[in-house]
Amino acid sequence: MIEASNLSKRFGAVEAVRDVSFVARDGEITGILGANGAGKSTTLRMLYGVLTPDSGAARIDGIDIRGEISKARAHLGVLPHAAGLYGNLTARENIHYFGSLQGLDAARLASRTADLSRILGLESFIDRRAKGFSQGQRIKTALARALVHDPGNIVLDEPTNGLDVMAIRNLREMLLALKRQGRCVLFSSHVMQEVAALCDRVVIIGHGKVLADATVQSIRERSGAASLEEAFLQVLGDTEGVS
Amino acid sequence: MRALFTVFAKEFRENLRDRRTLVSALLFGPLFGPLLFGLMVSRMLNQSVAESDEPIRITLSGGDHAPGLTHYLQAQGVKLTMANLSESEARAAVRRGTDQVVLIIPKEYGPRFSAAAPAPVLLVADSSDSQTRKSADRARLILGSYASSIAQLRLQVRGVSPLLAVPVAVNEVDVATPTGRAVVVLGFMTYFVLFAVLMGGLYLAIDSTAGERERGSLEALLSLPVARAGLVGGKILATCAYMCISLGLSLTGFVVVFRFVPLEKLGMSANLGVGTALTLFAICLPFVPLGAALMTLVASFTRSYREAQTYLTSVLLVPTLPIAFASIYSLKTKASLMFIPSLSQHLLMTSVLKDEPVAALDVWVSAGASLALAGLLMVLTARHWRRETMLG
Repeated sequence: MIEASNLSKRFGAVEAVRDVSFVARDGEITGILGANGAGKSTTLRMLYGVLTPDSGAARIDGIDIRGEISKARAHLGVLPHAAGLYGNLTARENIHYFGSLQGLDAARLASRTADLSRILGLESFIDRRAKGFSQGQRIKTALARALVHDPGNIVLDEPTNGLDVMAIRNLREMLLALKRQGRCVLFSSHVMQEVAALCDRVVIIGHGKVLADATVQSIRERSGAASLEEAFLQVLGDTEGVS
Repeated sequence: MRALFTVFAKEFRENLRDRRTLVSALLFGPLFGPLLFGLMVSRMLNQSVAESDEPIRITLSGGDHAPGLTHYLQAQGVKLTMANLSESEARAAVRRGTDQVVLIIPKEYGPRFSAAAPAPVLLVADSSDSQTRKSADRARLILGSYASSIAQLRLQVRGVSPLLAVPVAVNEVDVATPTGRAVVVLGFMTYFVLFAVLMGGLYLAIDSTAGERERGSLEALLSLPVARAGLVGGKILATCAYMCISLGLSLTGFVVVFRFVPLEKLGMSANLGVGTALTLFAICLPFVPLGAALMTLVASFTRSYREAQTYLTSVLLVPTLPIAFASIYSLKTKASLMFIPSLSQHLLMTSVLKDEPVAALDVWVSAGASLALAGLLMVLTARHWRRETMLG
């Protein structure tokens, strides 16, 4: 479970994130929807500790990120916006590298890699160098790398950006599988259809603030709109740039 | 600590598979110096051997006016080409390079010589051409000795002791030892060694920092539960490892080159056997973490491979500055200079190559100063990696 309470972050004169609070629950997929520059990445980056919030707090499985960031990170799998691989290493070596930095021993690395390879379908290319990977192979490897330490929570920053249709489809299935395993999945996107199709709960962010935080179901009911897209538009109000 | 070794092992292995790293770290960097050095020394050798063997050539115009001088020149082994040139023709010929040195003997030479008045000759040469200058110098020397022998004869004929004309007898003693003379040539070898050290780590330092950012793996790495100091330490350690390999290869290259280049023929002896090479390796070792930390720090500030390459190429020049300084002011090994990295390694290596005694204290100060600076740079690098701006 990921809890953010009153997170704020400012870069010089720009208030990137203002007083953002939400909860992403286990066994659910939570989407953060917002335009480019709305503060999605900044919010996520504070959660996985590469940015320090100016104020507010966040907890991963109840562990405060400010007090025990290393401990909190062990409960967190991260797929950042730029999830590049090491081209001269094989998929397996890429996964092992992150696994051993997470503190896994050789036996556990081997068994986790075997499991992930089966679940994510890496078998055909796991011992090939990542240099020539397709987008789909790259995202699968990056996801395996993020999941190697078996974290209860997964944070993905715009994971579908730049992916082709097949790769997006694959990713969607993988996220649903993670949800079925009872994990907490939190991902950001600026594509409404994607969020609508996948998420149980949506946090809509605009200009660094939370505009709405509700289940997809309740948004639909509350607005009384016929289609989900219209319902979203009503919630969003004047927020521009969400496609 | 575990993370440090994990990062080290990964960077080491990853770059071993990178052709660019291998070519620069293990081929170009270490072998450039020895090869260039070998070529230069052999060329110098050929040139000096050729010069001393070859008789000088003089184009003589108006030789009929001075049969005595003509005989003397021939007796000295000068290859004379008889010609009939005016002064302007001679100038043109020398400028064109068709004749190296032209000696013109004018008509009035004979009468003035007979009258024991200074008889004029004209030596035309181009002093901007080092080859011609040497011939002209030798021609001048031969003419001078002819003149002084004539002068002595004239004095003797007049009943005056020729010794009166030699008020001072200059005796020269050249104390340059063969090895000492070689040091002039060996001077720039030490730079090649330090250059090889830095080249060895150049691409790894770029790849593990700017490269990490450019390929988009940095953020994922930074989100791991690992102390940043561990990441930085592993990267610097891997850079050090490549630098050590490059250093070893470079010194091996020099040992091999020195086997084949007959330095003794130039009147030098180079003190570079396997034992000396090991000593040089030990002297350079403290420079390795310093170079690695410096390059990693500089590369950490850059956003792309290309930018890092630009900045680090300037870093490659850093060790030249103190060495250039040292040769301009011809600095000798001194305790106070041991605090300056790269200069201290240069001076110590030069001493070892000269077979001079090296004070143990100097070695310790050199190593201590380099390592202290390396430590400081590592702390700065780790601190930079802890900053949020590191994400870029």
